[in-house]
Amino acid sequence: MNQGKETWGTRVGVILAVTGSAVGLGNFLRFPGKAAQYEGGAFMIPYFVALFLLGLPIAWAEWATGRYGGARGYNSLPGIFRVMWRNKLSPYLGALGVLVPVAIYMYYVYIEGWCLGYAWKFATGEMALGPEQSAYARFFSEFVGLNNHGAAYDFTTIHFAGSALFFLGVCFVINFVLIYRGLSKGIEWFCKWAMPALVLCALIVLVRVLTLGTPDPAKPDQNVLNGLGFMWNLGWGDKTIWQQLSDAQMWLEAAGQIFFSLSVGFGIICCYASYLKPNDDIALSSVTAVAGNEFCEVALGGLITVPAAFVFLGTVGVMAATKSTFNLGFITLPMVFNTMPLGQFAGAVFFFLLFLAALTSSVSMLQPAIALLEEGLGLGRRASVSLLGFITAAGSAFVVYFSKDVIALDTMDFWVGSVCIYILATIEVLLFGWVLGIEKGYQELERGAEIRIPRFVMYVIKYVAPVYLFTVFAVWLHQMAGAYVQKIGHDPVVAMTVGFIGLVFALAILLTAQSVRRWNRIDPLEKETDT
Amino acid sequence: MTIGGWIIMIVSVGFVTGFLGWCIYRVVREPEAPKKLHVQGEIDTHDQD
Repeated sequence: MNQGKETWGTRVGVILAVTGSAVGLGNFLRFPGKAAQYEGGAFMIPYFVALFLLGLPIAWAEWATGRYGGARGYNSLPGIFRVMWRNKLSPYLGALGVLVPVAIYMYYVYIEGWCLGYAWKFATGEMALGPEQSAYARFFSEFVGLNNHGAAYDFTTIHFAGSALFFLGVCFVINFVLIYRGLSKGIEWFCKWAMPALVLCALIVLVRVLTLGTPDPAKPDQNVLNGLGFMWNLGWGDKTIWQQLSDAQMWLEAAGQIFFSLSVGFGIICCYASYLKPNDDIALSSVTAVAGNEFCEVALGGLITVPAAFVFLGTVGVMAATKSTFNLGFITLPMVFNTMPLGQFAGAVFFFLLFLAALTSSVSMLQPAIALLEEGLGLGRRASVSLLGFITAAGSAFVVYFSKDVIALDTMDFWVGSVCIYILATIEVLLFGWVLGIEKGYQELERGAEIRIPRFVMYVIKYVAPVYLFTVFAVWLHQMAGAYVQKIGHDPVVAMTVGFIGLVFALAILLTAQSVRRWNRIDPLEKETDT
Repeated sequence: MTIGGWIIMIVSVGFVTGFLGWCIYRVVREPEAPKKLHVQGEIDTHDQD
């Protein structure tokens, strides 16, 4: 009897841990921002296409790639690519798997700080801003410093202890203590129970959003049904669905959102999978994590933030708020909480749980770079963490300083969080499908699998995914690349941000070059047996 | 909210809910699942100084 209870307890724990593992800022903040930016319904088509043809197959490919590399003694993406494709170029392609999570960490931890800050401000009653919508936008603008560069460092209008910079500092310290001491497993255990609480909290918020009706009788069009329509209708305003679907940027960003929220194309999954035992399951683990993520993103994130934003802000307001992807949730959700009974308490709990969800993601983001410093340069974990602390602190300080319209954050999120992830995912899929090949790749996926993966998935990875990725990227280059290059030329902050990303990439390349020299000395590839 | 919007919403939300339900069912059904399933953050990296 006791054994039976224990087994059930373990199973429930595993389900909670695996489904909750992928929940993060991407679900409740980034996804609604992207969906609203592309007017909802139309965005869902490239979104689901990307989930089936890219997200899930590439997630499987990443887990298998990582375990393949780990079995051959490598944990960093440059090392894993080196044993996978015996070509001088391959480790340098893996350097992208160091750049992406490190650069994303620089702004992700800042948004994590916003969540913690909002939780604190709800708990202390500072978020009771009344029914006026503009008060929430103004509060967010002052908190982040949207009006001027350097405003987030100016403590004349906002006290340091309540500033975004202060909460960033708190998050930075928590992250580094956890990573430095290797306590990230502890926070995962805690989140096993915290994430269902977040889902429960989100369900309560969902009920409130769906019962908002028409809060302002003077604006009868701004009602819940029209809000749901904004999120789910195909075609909006004067655009037909076909005009919307011809936008390559939307297809690129939909794929980018799938990659971002599933942590695919980051190099993080490969790195962690490399520490697995040969017969551990990767098939059911990854699909369950994907399912948990999609439920939170589509069924909760999609039904809460965008309809609520529409009800309070209207079409024009929503479009203005989505100038920056992450803003929408920070302006809209507090307004929803303020219409609820015990709204201040619910807001505090919700944003604190969101902070925890973000924390579980951010503590894993530096592991790929730590792995490279350890196995490439022979550094210890603590030395590696300290070095990365300086680099990421510099990056975060840069993002915080250039706060006008969160331009540095948005530029980094687009070039790293969408474009670089996209490129890395393309490289991974090509290596897995074409270099490792269908037979060996399928064997690796199937080993220890608790579910049978259909064989056609390998053909999707080998043929469909690369064609899809190349086509969307080529059309995007044709339609949009010119505008982005012009933006770099016209806006010095955008140029500096892109330059900063280039600098971090150059550092990743240098570290990889040094690692390759070391690996060639202690582990020349000719001596390896190709199993 | 158009009929197309209703359909897209019900299919999307229904699909992700069913997908999650199916995964939970598989985890419950497979005898070895609790021992063999892994969460990224719980994987031991064996690199403590």
